[in-house]
Amino acid sequence: MRFLDTFFDGAVMAKYLPDLLSAIVTTLWLSGLIVVGGLALGLALACLRTLGRWYLTMPIVVFADLGRALPPLVVILIFYFGLPGLGISLSGPLVLILVLGGVLAAFAEEIFWAGLTAVPKGQWEAGRATGLSFARTLFDIALPQAVRMGIPPLVNRALAITKMTALGSVIGVKEILAVSSSAQSFSGSATPLTMAALAYLAIFLPVVILSRGLEKRYSWAV
Amino acid sequence: MSAAPHAAPGTHRPNSRVHDRPMLEINKLEKQFGDVRVLTSIDLNVEAGELVFVIGPSGSGKSTMLRCCNRLEEPTSGSILLDGEHVTACHGRALDRMRLKIGMVFQGFHLYPHKSVLANVMLAQVKALKRDKAVAQARAMEMLDTVGLAHKADAMPGELSGGQQQRVAIARALALDPKVMLFDEPTSALDPELVGSVLKVMKQLREQGMTMVVVSHEMEFAREAADRVVFMDGGVVVESGPPEQIFGNPSSERLRAFLSRLRKGGE
Ligand SMILES: Nc1ncnc2c1ncn2[C@@H]1O[C@H](COP(=O)(O)OP(=O)(O)OP(=O)(O)O)[C@@H](O)[C@H]1O
Ligand SMILES: [Mg+2]
Repeated sequence: MRFLDTFFDGAVMAKYLPDLLSAIVTTLWLSGLIVVGGLALGLALACLRTLGRWYLTMPIVVFADLGRALPPLVVILIFYFGLPGLGISLSGPLVLILVLGGVLAAFAEEIFWAGLTAVPKGQWEAGRATGLSFARTLFDIALPQAVRMGIPPLVNRALAITKMTALGSVIGVKEILAVSSSAQSFSGSATPLTMAALAYLAIFLPVVILSRGLEKRYSWAV
Repeated sequence: MSAAPHAAPGTHRPNSRVHDRPMLEINKLEKQFGDVRVLTSIDLNVEAGELVFVIGPSGSGKSTMLRCCNRLEEPTSGSILLDGEHVTACHGRALDRMRLKIGMVFQGFHLYPHKSVLANVMLAQVKALKRDKAVAQARAMEMLDTVGLAHKADAMPGELSGGQQQRVAIARALALDPKVMLFDEPTSALDPELVGSVLKVMKQLREQGMTMVVVSHEMEFAREAADRVVFMDGGVVVESGPPEQIFGNPSSERLRAFLSRLRKGGE
């Protein structure tokens, strides 16, 4: 019974459920914006990189390398506590979206780019030889194949990044971990943390399962 | 292989139009990769409805010459004209439009693996030629029928044999109504038993009066179907003439050596 009291205390659960539900909503919309924005930016950067202009490639590579090398927490702290010194104050949620979205974009750019370089040269030649423009060949021929190759690593990366919304707890964003750990310290019970774990599962498990379907849909006999 | 009737050069064929100038003109074509000169002053005219067969040792520049014709490779100098229009002077959209008139078939097929056979044949019709979808689909089915693969329209390329994939690739090029078809070793990647089906389609195309430039090692096909055989070596056209002359009575030492190597090596 010790176990149940510690982790599944009914009274504590009931008390903090409303707070937790609103935290779940916060985590959901933050994650949604981060994933959509990060993937879109990563895709756009990878496409720009195909143009093969050094003045585009160089900043993109620098961005992707920094985004992948820096620990997101460090960047979040710099943005939240450092930028106000320059007169730029960003809200906690905005910092989280910018930083995590940017980190996801850095990884996604590399994944899309790797996929694009893995598309055989003959595919490009077949497209161009049939009168398709560079952009058409990119969007109708190369990119669909690159995206397909990139889906498994992209899903993994997107999941890893969205779980990092928990970092919002250090800059006052009322997401799942922040709300449940403050509930834990007020109530002295570990139950809110259990609730947090269940909430994360409820959000991310369907995504993991969905991603399996997505991988199937985008595979084709080669 | 079936013994098709031997066609003499200039044989009358139904659709071959009367042209006062060559369909494809290659003038003083030069190509360098860095400091390496791969093509040296190539002159080659292909008449409307003519099938020109190109042979030569590996590295002699056959592919490079074909690829210069649709600017997959950028010629270093010289000019290429298609039906009187400068291919070498076009850029951007004009070049894309020009490429619609130049069909190319690759050794490796290069079908789009994520699109069905039908979608492969429709893509450039819709996106480059701006044909209506229904028109493009009808045209694609017609071309697939021509190459004997209408029943595979809904298959994915990966489900087809190499020979079938190559015929789809031919249909994909033909659907754009090109003025000339360039073939770069269309049967070299195929298992021997699948070669015949592709050559059959090519012969059929010739009968219909298509202007064709074929780089290949299928000498049997050259004897049966070529109007003219061009022998390249070291980036120059060494000799050209009707197949019986090139194979039966080669005048240059290099061609004789090449042919005897072929016969010994069995390709
Ligand atoms: N992109 C390239 N960069 C540098 N050199 C190249 C390139 N493409 C071809 N070459 C060189 O140009 C020469 C002619 O090549 P090409 O592919 O045209 O020969 P080919 O006659 O088609 O030979 P094969 O029968 O082997 O296909 C070769 O020496 C080759 O190494
Ligand atoms: Mg070649």
